[in-house]
This record gives sequence, C-alpha cells and structure tokens, in this order.
Amino acid sequence: MPVAPQRKLSAASAPTAVGARGVPATGTAPGAWSGAGSRQGFGATERGDAWWFKPVLQAAGLIVLIGYANYAAFLGAAHYRYLENGRDYLSPFYSPYIHPAWLPVWLSPALLILVFPLGFRATCYYYRKAYYRSFFADPIACAVGEPRQAYCGEVKFPFLLQNLHRYFLYAALVFLVILWIDVVKAFIFSAPALAAAAPAVTSALGLHAAREAASGGHYLAIGGGSLAILFSTGMLTLYTLSCHSLRHLVGGKLDCFSCAAAGGPRHKTWSIVTVLNGHHMAWAWWSLFAVCFADFLVRMCSIGVIHDPTLATFRHLLEMPNRSLSLLR
Amino acid sequence: MNAGATGREVVLRVYRGDANGGEEVAYTVPVETGMVVLDAIHWIQAHRAPDLAVRWNCKAAKCGSCSAEVNGKPALMCKSRLDHFPEGQPITVRPMKTFPIVRDLVTDVKWNYEINKRIAPFQPRANAEWRWQQSDIDRVQEFRKCIECFLCQDVCHVLRSHELKHQFAGPRFLVRIAGLEMHPIDGADRVPFLKDTAGIGLCNITKCCTEVCPEGITITDNAIIPLKERVVDRYYDPVQRVWRAITGAKDGT
Repeated sequence: MPVAPQRKLSAASAPTAVGARGVPATGTAPGAWSGAGSRQGFGATERGDAWWFKPVLQAAGLIVLIGYANYAAFLGAAHYRYLENGRDYLSPFYSPYIHPAWLPVWLSPALLILVFPLGFRATCYYYRKAYYRSFFADPIACAVGEPRQAYCGEVKFPFLLQNLHRYFLYAALVFLVILWIDVVKAFIFSAPALAAAAPAVTSALGLHAAREAASGGHYLAIGGGSLAILFSTGMLTLYTLSCHSLRHLVGGKLDCFSCAAAGGPRHKTWSIVTVLNGHHMAWAWWSLFAVCFADFLVRMCSIGVIHDPTLATFRHLLEMPNRSLSLLR
Repeated sequence: MNAGATGREVVLRVYRGDANGGEEVAYTVPVETGMVVLDAIHWIQAHRAPDLAVRWNCKAAKCGSCSAEVNGKPALMCKSRLDHFPEGQPITVRPMKTFPIVRDLVTDVKWNYEINKRIAPFQPRANAEWRWQQSDIDRVQEFRKCIECFLCQDVCHVLRSHELKHQFAGPRFLVRIAGLEMHPIDGADRVPFLKDTAGIGLCNITKCCTEVCPEGITITDNAIIPLKERVVDRYYDPVQRVWRAITGAKDGT
C-alpha cells in the first residue's frame, strides 16, 4: 500500500525565526504533517460518552453565578450592607467599600473595586480553561472538532493580557486582608438596644455617625451572616493561595531550592501552595458560589426577607468600649 | 474454549486505509479475561486480517508505540481493557488524527523527532557541583516518566484542529523543556525559545494533554503553566524587568 506523500519539514538547522508580529515559528512549513483532525467539523468525534455535558454544566454555572454577581454589583447597590440588630454585614462584592462624592448616584460603588477580583478570575489559569472550553469551544471537549480554523491562542491582544495575572494576584492578596477584617466585624455585634436605632440615625447623620452612635457596647456573637461571610472569605483565601502564579512566585521559579537564599522555607511554602493548587478548580467554584451566597444573605437580611438568626453569643469574651472597636471600623 | 475465555464476543470497528482514504471495518473478536484492545487487534491480525498495520512493542504501557484513538479518545491500545467499555457496543479503533496516516492504525510521527532536535540539550553550568537534594529534582523526575507516546500531541487542539505545527511544538516538548529548565544544574536559557519558537503562548491550557497522559504526568499544571510564568517573568512583567535592570539579578532567583 502506498505511503502517504509528505511535504518536507524544513531542515533542523533552519533559522528559528520569529513569525509575523511576534508569532512563533517552529521551522515547520505551514500545513506540513497534517492529519485528519483538522478536517473534522464542529462537534465531530467518535467519542460516545457525554462529552458535551461538562462544558454545558460549566457554562450554566458561570452564567448563573456571574449573572448574579453582575446584578448584585451594578443593580443592587441599595442593599449591600446589613446594619440592624447589632450586625454589621458587608457584601463581599462591595468590600472594600469606597464611595467618593464624585461618583454619580446611578453608578454602583462596586464598579470601583470589582475590576480587581474580576481581572483575577478572568486571567486565572483555571477559569481560562473553563471559558475557552465552554464559551469559545476551543476546544469544547478533548478530541472533538472545533467551530473555527483560525486560532491565535494567547499571543495576541486581548488574550495577551492573560499574562497580567500576577498583578491581579497582588491586588487579590490586599483584598484578602480587607475581607478578613470584614469577617471579624461580622462576628462583633453591637448592643441591641442602641443598634436598633442605627437605621434612623444612618439616614439623619450618615453611616459613620450612625455606627458611632449605635455602638454603645460590643460583644462576640455568631449569626447566620457571620458564618456566610466567614465561608466566603475562607474560600476566597484558599482560591487565592492556590493560584498558579503564587506557586511560581513563592518558589516555582527556582531551579534549585537547596542552592537559593532561604531555599528551605521557599520549598516548604511552594509545597504547601502546590497541595492547594491541586484543588484550584474546586476552590475557584466554591469561592464564586460562596461570595454570591454571602451577598445574597446580606441582601435578603437588608431587604427584610430573611431574619438573620443569632446562633451563639459570647458576651463574656468580648465586651469592649466604643473606642477600642473603632480601630476595626 | 481457551483458558480465560469468557464466552463473550466484542465487535471492533477498525480503521483500514491510507492517505487516499479508508473506512472502518467491523471484526468480531472472542473476549478473554483481562483482554486489552491491542490483544484484540492481534487476534484480528492472526485470524482475520494479516495485513492490518499496527505499531506496537512492549504491550506494557512503557514503550509508547501503540497509540491510537479508541472510541474517539487518544489512548494506548495496550492499556485499554475491553471490560472497561460498555458491553454489547462496538469499539472503534482509529489512528491518531494529528499526524499523517501511513496505513491503517500507523501514523507518521517523525515531525515530533524533528522538533525535538531543536531543543537545546542539557548543558550543565560551568563548575557546577554534581550533587543536589531530592527536593531539587522531584519536579524533573515527573517529567522523565514520559514514554513519548505522543498522545498529548495527538489530543492538543492547537496541533490537531488548528494545524499549527509551524508555530507550536506541542505539550510533549514543553514537558521536555520543563525537565531541562527546572534541572538544578542546567545552565542553558530556553525562555526565548519557548516564546518565539516553541510557541508556548499558543497553549490555552485546556488540559486535554493532562487528561490523556498514560503516565499521569500533570502536564499543564506542572510543566506548561510554570513555563508560561517563566516567560511572563522575562517578557511581560515590567516590575521584574526594572528590578533586573537595577540589580543585575537573573530569572529564577
């Protein structure tokens, strides 16, 4: 049986020139060594399993959660905080809360900060896989035909910007500190009698003055919202600390741990991040869900649909005067 | 009946043809306990189609020769047990689709060896001490497990669907480069090669290579993404560029 005629690979000694506008070039002639895969139409495959299920499920999950996040951030600014019954719950979509005077009324303050967590997720190595598969079908599943022949990967704008992931990581690490402060605040309740007056004072004097007026005394307590905010920040912490870029920066970039300065601790840190990184996909989904859930709970409490239960109080552990707590506030 | 015979039969739909075209041909094969797809192919060669072309060697998932697409998924035929497929349904066996077909289940994978020649080999640093700790070499040892079956190359959509062999070296060779770049005493600099020749930017990390690797190498997370980060260090991180300019520091410190 005849052997298939082949176009020649250029000589191994041929220059490895960079292609047009930074496009890489292996030295192989375009179109050489082609197989049958490039002739498969969209969705064509011999796979008999439900290869379409995972990308569809992923797409549905992302649409629902990102859709909710958009609603909460841009349309739901009226109920981002719950400041009644001694609680101070802040939706994670609005933390850190920055509301300059120049911001138009119709624009949500979340707009000012969400670019950082949004950028962190959009350039995340896991989410990239998820949306390339589910929304770009590039590929929709392994060994399944694709809808387009044209492809430039991440070598051209806008996907070249994926390389900025580490900068969003730096921002995310700062956000984590702020979110953990929110967690502490979610576990410190104001004395009920005074806190009950907070909404009225808020409208008359503004948020800061209301807090001062309302906090005649504080104590540790656990509400439903406290746990939701703790869960949200906990998941965000695991998601951030399992980041591939962090894994690289803390030690992955080294070729020789034992030769590097502080090589032992860096190897230990890298090993811990590596273990977390093995579950990065799980943290990515749990954190997205947890943030939405925390916002939903705060929102429902704020609207009055849900009565936030007090699960436990620890008055003897923390009864601090107003001035001490103002450091946290 | 042979020892180990189960009394069951399975239908294999095997691709027969060459570059000019071909079709799937159905063969009914008696099933024995523990039988793998490669055993069934051998039975077909012995009893039904002695001219059936198939490349194989060790039958132990270590030589990487019997790569094919079983029920549409890139896999080693010697590692695909018949009892793992739904009973009563035919099993399709086709050649890898990323490489040109020679005949039947045999494809021409020579392109891979040509790409391999372009990678700068191991180059120990001058006066390097040939001693290192296990912690320094753990990562590299994972990459050394590669058996060059080229299933990762086969499933990679950049090579398979987009035909970008002229721009992208493929996951197998990113793994090889990772093994060299992360070696504690290697002194060669392959980062410009990664970006401009191997085309690492074309990988969109959809992890199909990791899914099909018969050696269980975590190709995307442990090799490709760390290499992408090294490319970012060199070319896309302005802070690191300024730092290097001021301090004279090199990457990987």
